[in-house]
Amino acid sequence: MLLFFLVLWGIRVWSGGDETGMGTSGAAGWGVRALQGLSQLAVPFLLAWFPLYAALRRVRVYEEFVTGAREGFEVGVRIIPYLVAMLVAIGMFRAAGGIEWLSRGLGPLLSLVGFPVELLPLALVRPLSGSGALGVLTELVRTHGPDSLWARMGATMYGSTETTFYVLAVYFGAVGVHRVRHAVWAGLITDVVAMLVSVWLCRWVFG
Amino acid sequence: MLNYLWLAMVVGAVLLAGWTGRLESVTSHALEMARVAVLEVALPLVGLMALWLGMMRLAERAGLMRALASALRPVLRRLFPDVPADHPAMGAMVLNLAANMLGLGNAATPLGLRAMRELDRLNPFPGTATNAMCTFLALNTGSVQLVPVTAMAVLAAQQAREPTAIVGTALLATLCSAVTAVTSAKLLERLRWFRLPAVAPAAPGAEAGPQTAAPEVDPAEPAVPPAGPTDLVGTQSGVGVAAVFSGALGNPRLEWRR
Repeated sequence: MLLFFLVLWGIRVWSGGDETGMGTSGAAGWGVRALQGLSQLAVPFLLAWFPLYAALRRVRVYEEFVTGAREGFEVGVRIIPYLVAMLVAIGMFRAAGGIEWLSRGLGPLLSLVGFPVELLPLALVRPLSGSGALGVLTELVRTHGPDSLWARMGATMYGSTETTFYVLAVYFGAVGVHRVRHAVWAGLITDVVAMLVSVWLCRWVFG
Repeated sequence: MLNYLWLAMVVGAVLLAGWTGRLESVTSHALEMARVAVLEVALPLVGLMALWLGMMRLAERAGLMRALASALRPVLRRLFPDVPADHPAMGAMVLNLAANMLGLGNAATPLGLRAMRELDRLNPFPGTATNAMCTFLALNTGSVQLVPVTAMAVLAAQQAREPTAIVGTALLATLCSAVTAVTSAKLLERLRWFRLPAVAPAAPGAEAGPQTAAPEVDPAEPAVPPAGPTDLVGTQSGVGVAAVFSGALGNPRLEWRR
């Protein structure tokens, strides 16, 4: 199974076959092709491999899948209030022209590091609240279209960062640590780097 | 913190709209978004999350997490020189990171809390974070997630032609962030600001094999060589930072307690 997909991946990288038309021409470098191939194959691979692996380990596949899937509804319902709060706020902010206003103020500063103003709200909310960031990301995707560069940048950013302050609060709170020393700074540096890398990578691969 | 951000967005929007005469548009957007949040975001997300959570349940049941954990163990041993290899803290940390990599958020948090409790047992100064704790948390915030399930679900819920396009970029970005996490935690722990009091059994300069962290990404601060052993200023400023920080933390902690 693993071999099967490795071969498929190899073929994609080798031939540069881009039948889905992701916008990049055949001139894309092998690095870009490898990343795109990985993206296209990772999900079907997991969808086939998890059940197979589980079945080999004598797990009752269907029953366990359904048990896990039941949680999906709870997750969806639990995030509704956060989504409403965040989507309404960011929707209002955008409708009022807040994004253009931000970009006039901070644009020159952010363009120094190549960070688009469109993604600033997401970057600000992400370390604070996971569900809130989900709302901001959704608004971004809706506004610019799900296959746009902004949407992909935002999604990459969301997928590669964590709710830093929430994690710190919960984990340190559990053991009663008050003097957290460099943990905050390490977390924030990590977030900033992850966000910048996401933007640069997406420019490189999808740009 | 989030309170202020949210308030600033809502009030700022209304004020700005009043100024530029776009109040109607703001109103209609607010109402529209409240509807969208449930009908176009939450409901499609339910189906997609169900699919992934089902898959993840299979991975968990099949013991994939343990398999991954045994692969991670040698790496972690080098990252946490102050934690004995056979200590329960190591086991919990390994499992927590494995769960994070698979995107098993629900499994990761209890394991992480157990790891913190075990790490606290090794802590000579209760109430103060140890180097191992900071590195562990940095690694957690720079989470290496193999498949960005939620981000993909958002794209798919909005009918993306290719919701999986971001898997590769997210994986590479998250690897960079993990490397940064370890590097910055290891470098920052040597700064005199953040150093433990001098009585600490582990001298900050002697530990931490620097070869474990890739030198690729360089945080803003250059590594300051360890100064004298007694460092009163350092401990004091440490308290100051922590005080500021715990103020910033108040809100999310309250908000997230259901």
